[in-house]
Amino acid sequence: MLKTMMRRAGQCAVVAAACLMMSAQAAEPIKIGSFLSVTGPASFLGDPELKTLEMYVEKINEEGGVLGRQLELIHYDDVGNASSARNFASRLIRSDRVDIIVGGSTTGATMAAVPLIEQAQVPFISLAGAVVITTPVKKWVFKTPQSDRMAAERILADMKDRGITKIGLISGTGGFGSSGRTQTLEVAEQMGMDVVADVTYSGSDTDMTAQLTNIRNTKGVEAVLNFGFGQGPAIVTRNYVQLGMELPFYQSHGVASDSFLELAGSSAEGLRLPASPLLVPDSLPQEDPQKEVVQNYKAEYEARWDSKVSTFGAYAYDGLMLAVRAIEKAGSTDPEAVRGALENIQGYVGVTGEFNMSPDDHNGLDADSFRILEVQNGEWKLID
Amino acid sequence: MLAEFLQYLFTGITIGATYALIALGFTLIYNASHVINFAQGEFLMIGGMATVSLTAMGVPMVIAVVLAVILAGVLGIALQRFAIAPAKQADVVTLIIITIGASIFIRGIAQVVWGKEYHVMQNFSTDQPIQVFGAVLNSQSLWVLGIGAVMVVALVLFFTKTLIGKAILATSMNKEAARLVGIRTQMVLMLAFMVSALLGSVAGIVVAPITFTSYDIGIILGLKGFVAAAIGGLGSGVGAVVGGLALGIVEAMAAGYISSDYKDAVAFSMILLVLFFMPRGLFGAKVVERV
Repeated sequence: MLKTMMRRAGQCAVVAAACLMMSAQAAEPIKIGSFLSVTGPASFLGDPELKTLEMYVEKINEEGGVLGRQLELIHYDDVGNASSARNFASRLIRSDRVDIIVGGSTTGATMAAVPLIEQAQVPFISLAGAVVITTPVKKWVFKTPQSDRMAAERILADMKDRGITKIGLISGTGGFGSSGRTQTLEVAEQMGMDVVADVTYSGSDTDMTAQLTNIRNTKGVEAVLNFGFGQGPAIVTRNYVQLGMELPFYQSHGVASDSFLELAGSSAEGLRLPASPLLVPDSLPQEDPQKEVVQNYKAEYEARWDSKVSTFGAYAYDGLMLAVRAIEKAGSTDPEAVRGALENIQGYVGVTGEFNMSPDDHNGLDADSFRILEVQNGEWKLID
Repeated sequence: MLAEFLQYLFTGITIGATYALIALGFTLIYNASHVINFAQGEFLMIGGMATVSLTAMGVPMVIAVVLAVILAGVLGIALQRFAIAPAKQADVVTLIIITIGASIFIRGIAQVVWGKEYHVMQNFSTDQPIQVFGAVLNSQSLWVLGIGAVMVVALVLFFTKTLIGKAILATSMNKEAARLVGIRTQMVLMLAFMVSALLGSVAGIVVAPITFTSYDIGIILGLKGFVAAAIGGLGSGVGAVVGGLALGIVEAMAAGYISSDYKDAVAFSMILLVLFFMPRGLFGAKVVERV
């Protein structure tokens, strides 16, 4: 008798303990790991990204969290250094045991962490641009920004619509410019367009009239495209006008920001570039599904941080929202389930574009998510 | 054909004139102390950035320029007083390393005060470019050339006609002897730093409308200026001007006629060639080692 009672009590205790453990687990937060370049040379990327993550993790927690659990953001600053990005990714996986990673401001930082993450089998959403991150597809790696290839496709398609088939290309020799150049040459060949002039400039050059004169003197050029980043494209734009060149002029998404307009001044008049709708939130048509998302993000960010919203922060917004959506759909934080859910996200409307993931496409955006803008009277004007 | 050539030439001369002004600053300090002042580029940056931020505060352009030049001059004096002078008997290499440290320090402060963005400065006169035989010349280029020429003439007069200028020259030739005839050599060194800071800041201001300006613009332009000074022969005023112009023109011609990819390679091969056949540069002084 006593024995059975003891056994019963024991069983009860075990059940009770199990119940306790389960409820403790339910209250445990979902860990979102992140490594970003918040300081250092790429701080213009990492700073708005971290601000966005912090702000929306807070907001989601106030609204009750995900699957009834709170989110916990664990963040490290990689200072734009690829090897520390790798170390921090390792720390996130091994000691913090995060459920998902949203981060990697630069392509360098992302690619340094990828082998480790693939091995540890943790879902990873990168915020960096280059095409190599998701081509070829890596099982555990996703990304939110469009690639430079899509930018090239978008620009060349717009040129083709205007009946342009022969272009002059001037690109920076930095990572962004040279990758953009390669993609442009490939896309042009596919689309049956000719790059008749192909010149470059280095990031520290202060005058590009020599290169532009070269393009101007090339027979048959119908439009000029500048693929570059930083102050270079602004100098190219000024020289272009000084030389009195009147061909249609395109820039890349690398300079799609208000500070470019400030540097290039009136010389920027009439040039076109592909950009995020975030630059023109109010001129999007009413029926555009992105309009509300874009306007909300801009308003919330600017109200909270008292600084101008940037395209880069939007990559983090989309990264976090995709992660949340995948965890909700998977119903748990089981890595394989979350990965599967991420891969099958369809029709998520973000700030950057509409994401349609698939096992062959871990980016989920198409070239149309870029909008073609034209500078008119010193302001961005939505063309397409 | 001619238009093309002229275009490259204009581009080259404009960049070259900037290099020449920076090279002159190197030359000045080198002459007075045998120190290569790697903070020279920072004077350039201070000139441009201070002018931009003062005009943004509503100060009229002319006054902003004057204030920026004065600020750079004060900084030059401070650099000599607080960084170079305390190192008294240190050898030249140590002093050069001190100037590198100073340049990093100044750049860091500029980054904190002015931020990391690029800034625009308006052209001094019209934005309308000038057409010459089918080539285009930015009106600001004329300012760069004109002010550069004025600076060179002023420097020559300063060194040959004024007592202070002669004192600097004397110090550069023989420090001990200069001290014996009553020249306060520390004072002379301070002056040399100030004048070269003024020179650098003026260069920084006149080129800012062409190149934009930011906290780190001094690194690249400073290095190119040093290269120009080395080609011309360190210590030679004429050499600095010729070296600067030659470097600018070769860069522009290479970018135009060969390929922009090889532009820097061509410029550096030129340095190698010059230094190989004329180790003291084009106009370097012949130094006879007295035994």
